[in-house]
This record gives sequence, C-alpha cells and structure tokens, in this order.
Amino acid sequence: MIVDSYRFLPRSFRPLYEGTGPFPGEEGPVWAPFAKRLAESRIALLSSAGVYLRSSQPPYDLDREQANPDWGDPTWRAIPATARPSDLAFAHLHINDEDLLADPEIALPTHLLSDLAAEGVIGGSVGGHVSVMGYQDRDLPEWQRTTAPEISAYLREEGADGVVLAPA
Amino acid sequence: MPVLARWIEAAGLPTVTVTMMPAVAEERRAPRVVGVEFPFGHAFGMPHDRAMQRRVLELALRVLAGAAAFGTRVDVDLQWPVTLREAYRAWQPKVPSPIVRKFLESRQAST
Repeated sequence: MIVDSYRFLPRSFRPLYEGTGPFPGEEGPVWAPFAKRLAESRIALLSSAGVYLRSSQPPYDLDREQANPDWGDPTWRAIPATARPSDLAFAHLHINDEDLLADPEIALPTHLLSDLAAEGVIGGSVGGHVSVMGYQDRDLPEWQRTTAPEISAYLREEGADGVVLAPA
Repeated sequence: MPVLARWIEAAGLPTVTVTMMPAVAEERRAPRVVGVEFPFGHAFGMPHDRAMQRRVLELALRVLAGAAAFGTRVDVDLQWPVTLREAYRAWQPKVPSPIVRKFLESRQAST
C-alpha cells in the first residue's frame, strides 16, 4: 500500500506542500549509519505534538503564536520515559488534542517502547525523550542554530543510538 | 520535522521519520521515512489500540536499523478504521489555528 499523503489535508492546503521541494541548503543526502544491532541499541522518541509536563514544565508560548501566526515556539522539552499519561499536557493549536489526552502513546509511545525493550526487541529506551511544537517551517535559522544542536546534544548524553521522529 | 531529522542525522544520530505526509518528507529529503495514512495527531495509530501502535513502531525501528541507503521510504499497510468524513472532522482543532486563519483571510481578500 502506498500512502496518500494528502488524504486528511484540506484540499486548499495541498499546494502549500506538494512539489515544494527541499529547503535551500538542504538538498543533499545526509546519512548516519545505524551501526549496532537493534537488540543492543538504545532508542529515543521525538514528537512534535507540543508535549510538556503539566506540573513542572512551562507550556509552549501559544499567546505569541496567536498574535503572530508566522511564529512558532522553538523551545523543546525533555519528557521522562517514566511519565504517566496524566502527567502530560499538549500545546498545539493545529490539531484537536482529545485523542492525545486520551492516549499520549499515539504521538509519543514511551510505554510501548519500554515494552519492546523489556522483550529484547531493542536494547533499551533513553531515560528522557524529546518534544517540540510542530508546524513551523517558517523560522528555520533559529531551529538550526539553537534547537537542533541542543536536542542532538541531549540525545547523545542520553546514550541514544537512533531516534524515531513523529510529526503531529 | 523532516528537516529536524536531517540536522539530528548530520550530528551523527540515525533517524527515522514516521509521518502522515511521507511524500512531503521525501521532498524535504528526510533520511528514512515511514508513511502512515492516518489523520494528523495520530502518527502511531488509534488511541488505546496497542496492536496498531506496535505495528507502526516496529516497522519504524526496522527501517531505522535496516534501511540500506538515504531516502528509504516504507509505508504502513494499515487503513484508518474510521470513515474519511468522520476522521477528517475529528482531527481538526475546534478553532482554526492562527496560520490557517491568516491563510483563509488572505484567500478571502484575494477573491
């Protein structure tokens, strides 16, 4: 089965994505070989569902996005692998968050990943996964300069051998 | 997100991007792509459907570890178990997002 990438997108938005090509300077291949066996590898998850810890982390700046639609909060949050579903909140103005609140695993399957580690499918899960807020192709320099290096350094400290990214 | 995958990959960490828009992830030159024909906000499937979520995550891990070359894309062979009409309505926010509001206003102004 070949996925229809535009099945759930309003028809008028399709030209904003289809045939738009790579971003300037991002045309070439980039490749880090996956060196180890999966069963010996530590895996990290990265979601753009705007996940944060309800009680201890600041939410993303939605007020500024409301005031300036072309802006999106470029900060990120570390989400402990042991966080319970009720610990998590979602800041995302672009999707209905009812299903995310009902089962955060649909965007950030931390518990499923831990199950796969317990079964030996993977070597382990990192202690802290990562979330950002999605739908922001518009201020890439800030992301490239700050957010991406910070996340990469954090995941390396966590001992990640590979990262599963999931846009919301 | 595909471009974030590129930057993390460039920092030396292998990535796979699980996405509802795999054609766009390919255009944006993500290193490894797993496509799902699911509504936005549901990269790993239906709430509480652990079997469905597991099929997606396991395929993503296989592609992450086993893809032989840049640009590998594998799609998940699963159909969303809700009618298109219902799913299309369900994923969208109750209030249009700021950028969508701006887009709709600019379209209205030009007609």
